Amino acid sequence: MSAEPLWAEVAEPLLAGFPPAGSNAAPSTVGLPTIEKETDAEEALDVPWQVVVHNDPVNLMSYVTMVFQRVFGYPLDKAEKHMLEVHHKGRSILWSGMREPAELYVQQLHGYLLLATIQKVS
Amino acid sequence: MEIRRRKNQIEISELDPFLAELLREIPASTNPEGAPAAEERIFSSPTNGTEPELRSEWKMYVEPELRRLFQTATQIVASDLEQLNGNEKSLANRALRIPTKHADAWLSALNQARLVIAAKNNFTETELNDHLRSPIGSRRDLSLFQVNFYGFLQEFILREMEY
Repeated sequence: MSAEPLWAEVAEPLLAGFPPAGSNAAPSTVGLPTIEKETDAEEALDVPWQVVVHNDPVNLMSYVTMVFQRVFGYPLDKAEKHMLEVHHKGRSILWSGMREPAELYVQQLHGYLLLATIQKVS
Repeated sequence: MEIRRRKNQIEISELDPFLAELLREIPASTNPEGAPAAEERIFSSPTNGTEPELRSEWKMYVEPELRRLFQTATQIVASDLEQLNGNEKSLANRALRIPTKHADAWLSALNQARLVIAAKNNFTETELNDHLRSPIGSRRDLSLFQVNFYGFLQEFILREMEY
């Protein structure tokens, strides 16, 4: 079995525009092929987003825990873990993902009067 | 004052006129108008300043919905509080019965009232943790007492509703 046909298939397009070996001809001005990256609007929306809840000394700890359970469906221990993170560290990332659901989560959290923001994952 | 769960109601009984008046002030206390700090807290930014387009869309489409949501909760609470209408004398040893189906509205209105009062008075975290301060020292002390009293009610409702 000869490898020649496959090599030719792969190499020929890459070598197109280059002088044949041993030739004194000047190199062609045709450059290497470039791969263009698609940058449509949809891609920008695909960047992961985070839902961040910030500390507020007025909101009760039990209330914040209840809100996390309701909005995200988290079990009590997970909701409390996030609540304590907000309390001790000043913020907690509650959710990451697509922009649209992230906005809806922030909207719900604002409905419960929590300090919540949406931000791009850095 | 006594507070207990009775079947489908939360009953606050043996209310003295002072606490009854604080309860009656809940709807008015939720109003952030005229206090930019309170308005800013109730309708806080959904971004950390990096997404101006989202912020403007939020103001246009989401804030009106939030206003309606908060207003509905306040109206439900105000209608429950009509039980306390009357002159001061008649408020002695009155009872307030809150249907459990109104619990969410109460949690929302109490939370909003606490946030607005705290923002208007710019309470520090230390002050907010001072649960023993007398309400009779100054208007500020009374406001702090109000925040704590509403917080106590919130805690009770949360516990009784087993959220």
